[in-house]
Amino acid sequence: MATEIRAEMVANVWKIVVTQGDTVADGDTLVILESMKMEIPVLAEGDGVVSALHVAEGDVVQEGDVIAVIG
Amino acid sequence: MFETVLVANRGEIARRIIRSVQRLGLRAVAVYSEADEALPFVREADEAVLIGPAAPALSYRNVDAVIEAARQTGAQAVHPGYGFLAEDPRFAAKVEQSGLVWVGPSPDSIEQMGDKIRARNLVAAAGVPVSRGTERPVADLAAALAAATGIGFPLMVKASAGGGGMGMSVAADEDGLRTEFEKVQGFAARMFGDASVLLERFYPRVRHVEVQILGLADGRVVALGERDCSVQRRNQKLVEESPSPAVGPELRLRMVDAAVRAGEAVGYRNAGTVECLLDTETGEFVFLEMNTRLQVEHPVTEMVLGIDIVEQQLRIAAKSPVSFDPDALSPTGHAIELRINAEDPTRFLPGPGTITVWEEPAGEGVRVDAGYAAGTTVTPHYDSLMAKLIVHGIDRDQALERARTAVASFRVEGPKCNLPFFAELLAHPEFVSGTYDTGLVARMRS
Repeated sequence: MATEIRAEMVANVWKIVVTQGDTVADGDTLVILESMKMEIPVLAEGDGVVSALHVAEGDVVQEGDVIAVIG
Repeated sequence: MFETVLVANRGEIARRIIRSVQRLGLRAVAVYSEADEALPFVREADEAVLIGPAAPALSYRNVDAVIEAARQTGAQAVHPGYGFLAEDPRFAAKVEQSGLVWVGPSPDSIEQMGDKIRARNLVAAAGVPVSRGTERPVADLAAALAAATGIGFPLMVKASAGGGGMGMSVAADEDGLRTEFEKVQGFAARMFGDASVLLERFYPRVRHVEVQILGLADGRVVALGERDCSVQRRNQKLVEESPSPAVGPELRLRMVDAAVRAGEAVGYRNAGTVECLLDTETGEFVFLEMNTRLQVEHPVTEMVLGIDIVEQQLRIAAKSPVSFDPDALSPTGHAIELRINAEDPTRFLPGPGTITVWEEPAGEGVRVDAGYAAGTTVTPHYDSLMAKLIVHGIDRDQALERARTAVASFRVEGPKCNLPFFAELLAHPEFVSGTYDTGLVARMRS
């Protein structure tokens, strides 16, 4: 089942760590957000393949925006 | 002494420095970005200069704009606070080349301590205990396995280019090292474009204890006691206290001696902090790094010693003696600092916003160093520190009690705020007993 990984706050997308098609395990870092000088890793919730990546470095995400889909 | 000091910073620390500058009868010049126009530090300075837009690179980190503001206002000295340009040796050098007094250590000291591996090797040569680890990046897995036998397990596998707790992994044994080495190397290559990996001894339960030092105008380096900064989330400090509940008289002597040696190794002048890790099992400590600037948590030292560290920085920069007798320091009681951040109290995620209610606690032994006030806005451009609440008591119990009362009466509405976390912490048996380590916050949230 696909899991949507969403942003928990307004932030800048600082680094993209994975690419579409990568196999990831629960807890792996997918993307690192930056807000108020704090780097906040966004982690995979469960094992799977990154089936979609909806952000690029430098983007601004709002709370609730989908960052990636793990299928 | 100089008559006008430019404060190259913002928020609570700019305001706090301005207060000491003015108390000494000097003029304080603030610099500010477009985002900070309404903040108290801008109003309270004798003169304030707009130096650029919100983005730090275009304002608070803009060397030319800061130097130009000093020229315009006739400032003769520059105090950098912490963060931004405080540990940039090129900025310190530029300040001096512009004929201004730099309120801080020499550009050379900043540079020597800025490179973490070089700093460790330098202080080790001066007899300061350091953690066992590789002195340069290890090339491949074979080299890592060879190095590991000399360091011992468990060890930390760490991306050279990393920081803030990222690109770090613990290996419990050789098998673990095989897995983690590849993982960290891959992560480092993707993340930082630099696959270099370092190995260090890993201590499962540690406290973060640091020593405040001052390099005096006459060349002596003196220590002002220690601070315990073990309450951390994401490797960033939330609470600091002095003295450390984990440091007795004998250990204090050894830590102070090591900190003074570290300072002397670079001919240190002005205020600096020697950060150490204290292994709670063995009671041994190792050098972590030296911060060549005023520290966020300097007020806990001020509260127990009854001295103003910013005043001493200005005196030292002016080549004057400090205001106290360094041979007759007499610490009194116990002080605790809580960092009031615009972040939620559960997951510590930041949340800026306009402050609708801001009511600070007051009372005996209570100090608040705030960067904001009601009606001002915490913007996403800078860190989430809104204020520092510092309490002092005759002993740790009284300080804890005063902290509880102060937290209960501190009201902040608008941005997210971590005050409820402190209410929880101040009732937590591990914190109350003083036996905590850097894993405390993670345990509270697991």
